[in-house]
Amino acid sequence: MYKLRKCVAATALVAALGAFVSGPAVAQDKELTLCWAAWDPANALAELSKDFTAESGIAMKFEFVPWTNFADRFLNELNSGGKLCDLLIGDSQWLGGSATYGHYIKLNDFFDKNKISMDDFLPATVYAYSTWPKGTPNYWALPAMADALGWVYRKDWFARPEIQAAFKEKYGRALAVPTNWDELREVAAFFQGREIDGKKVYGAAIYTERGSEGITMGVTAAMYAWGFQYQNPDKPYDMEGYVNSADAASALEFYKDLYKCCTPPGHSDAYMVANLDAYKSGQVAMQMNWFAFFPGIAKDEDVGGDKSGFFVNPAQKVAGSTLGGQGISVVAYSDKKDMALEYIKWFAGPEVQKKWWALGGYSASKVVLEDPNFPNTAPFAADFLKAMGGVKDFWQEPTYAELLQAMQKRVHDYVVADKGTAQEALDKLIVDWTQVFKDDGKI
Amino acid sequence: MAVTRPGKPVQRARGLSDRAVAWIFISPTIVLLLAINIFPLLWTIYLSFTNYRANQPGRPVRWVGVENYERLLGSEDIWEYLQATAHFVGWSIFFQVVLGLGLALLINRQFKGHTALTTLILLPMMLSPAVVGVFWTYIYQPQAGIFNYIINFFIDAGSFTMIGDVNLAPWSIVLVDTWMWTPYVMLICLAGLRSIPDYIYEAAEVDRASKLRQFWSITLPMVLPFLMLAVLFRAIENFKMFDMVVELTSGGPGSITELASINLKREAFEKWRTGYSSAFAVILFVTVFGAGNIYVKFLNKVKQR
Amino acid sequence: MSGPSTRSVLEPSPWSQRLAALLVIVYALITMIPLVWIVLTGLKTPPDAIAYPPKVFFEPSLEGYVNLFTARSRQAPEYMASLPPPTSWYDELVRKRNMVITGPSRFAERYLNSVIIGFGSTFLAVFLGTIAAYGFSRFKVPLKDDLLFFILSTRMMPPIAVAVPIFLMYRVLGLSDTHLGMILLYTMVNVSLAVWLLKGFIDEIPMEYEEAALVDGYSRMQAFWKVVLPQAKTGIAATAIFCLIFAWNEYAFALLLTSGEAQTAPPFIPIIIGEGGLDWPAVGAGTTLFLLPIVFFTVLLRKHLLRGITFGAVRK
Repeated sequence: MYKLRKCVAATALVAALGAFVSGPAVAQDKELTLCWAAWDPANALAELSKDFTAESGIAMKFEFVPWTNFADRFLNELNSGGKLCDLLIGDSQWLGGSATYGHYIKLNDFFDKNKISMDDFLPATVYAYSTWPKGTPNYWALPAMADALGWVYRKDWFARPEIQAAFKEKYGRALAVPTNWDELREVAAFFQGREIDGKKVYGAAIYTERGSEGITMGVTAAMYAWGFQYQNPDKPYDMEGYVNSADAASALEFYKDLYKCCTPPGHSDAYMVANLDAYKSGQVAMQMNWFAFFPGIAKDEDVGGDKSGFFVNPAQKVAGSTLGGQGISVVAYSDKKDMALEYIKWFAGPEVQKKWWALGGYSASKVVLEDPNFPNTAPFAADFLKAMGGVKDFWQEPTYAELLQAMQKRVHDYVVADKGTAQEALDKLIVDWTQVFKDDGKI
Repeated sequence: MAVTRPGKPVQRARGLSDRAVAWIFISPTIVLLLAINIFPLLWTIYLSFTNYRANQPGRPVRWVGVENYERLLGSEDIWEYLQATAHFVGWSIFFQVVLGLGLALLINRQFKGHTALTTLILLPMMLSPAVVGVFWTYIYQPQAGIFNYIINFFIDAGSFTMIGDVNLAPWSIVLVDTWMWTPYVMLICLAGLRSIPDYIYEAAEVDRASKLRQFWSITLPMVLPFLMLAVLFRAIENFKMFDMVVELTSGGPGSITELASINLKREAFEKWRTGYSSAFAVILFVTVFGAGNIYVKFLNKVKQR
Repeated sequence: MSGPSTRSVLEPSPWSQRLAALLVIVYALITMIPLVWIVLTGLKTPPDAIAYPPKVFFEPSLEGYVNLFTARSRQAPEYMASLPPPTSWYDELVRKRNMVITGPSRFAERYLNSVIIGFGSTFLAVFLGTIAAYGFSRFKVPLKDDLLFFILSTRMMPPIAVAVPIFLMYRVLGLSDTHLGMILLYTMVNVSLAVWLLKGFIDEIPMEYEEAALVDGYSRMQAFWKVVLPQAKTGIAATAIFCLIFAWNEYAFALLLTSGEAQTAPPFIPIIIGEGGLDWPAVGAGTTLFLLPIVFFTVLLRKHLLRGITFGAVRK
């Protein structure tokens, strides 16, 4: 019996040990955790938040996750009712789900009480980052980081006389920043395989990532320029003839052609970081990427300064850019919602917003963006305003993850894995999406 | 194998009865497995008949009968994933068996230093598959990667991409798995070789059987049960494969390397179609379990011969 | 046939031994390339790591290790110029890239989590496995073979197949993203291996020892504690290392069930990224540090390896 007791005691000890190591780390009262992606703007936000800590005495902890794991990880966190994040800068497409399933707290009352008006923010950002259902005055986030997809090019290469001459000879026009996708393809094809400074370079780095949202964000940049629409404007969820329109198919074919002709070898699973890598190491003449990275590129040791230029997503039939960017929300499972709201209140202040832009974050505040001097504050500021004027976003439905995964598969199958035709890919996409909406009871 | 020799009752003078001790000793394990394995499995089976979604807590859960199963078995995509899995399992095991058996035969010559060399060869299989997947993406890089560099050293292949190419991607994962797990098959084969008693070969020598004949009629049949066991363990593991491949190719390009488990994770934890993914999980489990059992029966027959 | 040989017929000829040795050495060299490469990458600078053609000879640098353990942010040259001179070698290294260290990275935490969860679950699995194995080995248990097969079969399940209910269960119990939750989970996965392996080891211990102890007036518990356990020491140690290696390397559950608090190193290593680029030296450094204990244990364990990886179905 004695030995048994010893055994039981040992087991209890183990359990206690387990409980000890797993017990909630002594929660610091005056500490907030903010969750976002690991990228340049997040570092800027960490820098900015030092002022908040100084003012309020609330320490800030950050949980930054790379983009390729971002959605996976934080949606999982929200769905498991986790308390990791008090504040979450979640992707625009998450709003539908997070509002519907109660992951975020609604901010209307808080805005009213603290005289934060959504009229002070760019309408496109309020629509995209704050409202659900779309366009209604129900706010679930404060626009935190405005963003759109744009392009970067090697200004120094474009300016070289011998390169300009060679281009003129080949295409009969001056080498310039492309204004439409045909020109973009010409420029990319021109640089592909060319030797510059003794190194073989390639045309353009575009998004082709399979796992999260990469290739969808890239392909839609082309599709929006061809006038793509997700549904019949008069009849929601009616996608036949819109999603698989002839224009949509040609945009998709164009993107595949661009991938095949003008990207670096092995650029088959590339998103933001891979594009940056290719560009910064001097491998490509152009890259598509989010404006969020442009401040970092402008001050890069290798390609910064005058070496890089920026341009807005080229038009083809119409102008349009893929929307990026996020709003900041308070997570409903947090124990420190009041402190989190205090942070949002602080962040919404005009002076803070100005500093936010100065540090490399993209403010959505009119105080910043409508300042007459704004276009001169950075080499990409004017393009940014232009891009934000014509942004389109992916579905923000609660079922967005399913819709996105379906598109990732169909598009990657076609563009990278050479499966079927563009038309078939889009036809199949409608079948997938219809099923998702049916399961969700929307149609 | 297991010989039970219960303690003689007369000796049970002090303390708990043997019966009590047995139950006290065994039940915690059984309870733990029931709680964190069997209960979830039953739950999965239940969920597979519903339209439940783990990310929509408030939504009414509806019993949908076999709808999920119908949808799964009627989906072309699922067959593609299963084909990709079969390709991966089949070829990786083929190469591992050929190389593993070959290596075991070589090492069995007991040359000087073979023990140290064996330990060295074993290293890859002890590594974390996810980490292996990550660093092979670097090794496979078309330009900076060492793999292309070495290949180009022998043949002029230019900058080609292993994981981005539709035709090469399935082989890229087979290659990594073979690199990792050949030592495993080797080790088991080696045990098989060492279990063959010397006198059988001595008898064969006396009968003047050629070396080749000895291999076919003695070595191979005697090693076969061991080899089959290695194949069983590898097949189960590779059928479940997730970590290495998801880090290496994340299922791409397109869905060329989207193995069953990778798709299962997408359905369950990205799309949150819990009911549907549960049905898929059940199908996979039944397949592994069923095939495993049939195989074990077969293996036992081979052993008895 | 070259006439009757004086050697035993079973002894391979010297030339065949030499050829075998050569082939095995070639295989070992090829198979070591990726491992050596990753260790070398950990010692490169980021530009060297993505150089084309790949650099085999390079000037070693600790930048990868510094990057692994720190968080850095890029600053404008004017700001860099305004800073006081660097106070340490790593500070200096980082500043060369126009960056400043902003704090420690999460790697040390994740590594520590791997240690806590790895050792915690190993201890528990071996404890439960030892007593269960003893129970199965020594006593008449109804449906013994079925129970043992049941224990084995739990290992056949794809982890993702039960991940959803475990996820739901942990959500309700508040075990998601906790060390305890992960320890219990890995214990569950490992206990099947532990029972099978240890049963084999304990079966080999002659019954006579215990019987003698029982005759001497020991209780069953005492006999187990004082006679069987010391005899099974080696087996227990070997089992423990196998459990530890599994828990150390596990990825799928860690990815799905942990995020901030209890995340282990395997899901973390893939996401080590530097400022705006995949930082291969840091990945190489992290991988090297992560593999080191495993290499150590492999060498330590080589005699028992076979038994462990076959659930004790094959013994040397």
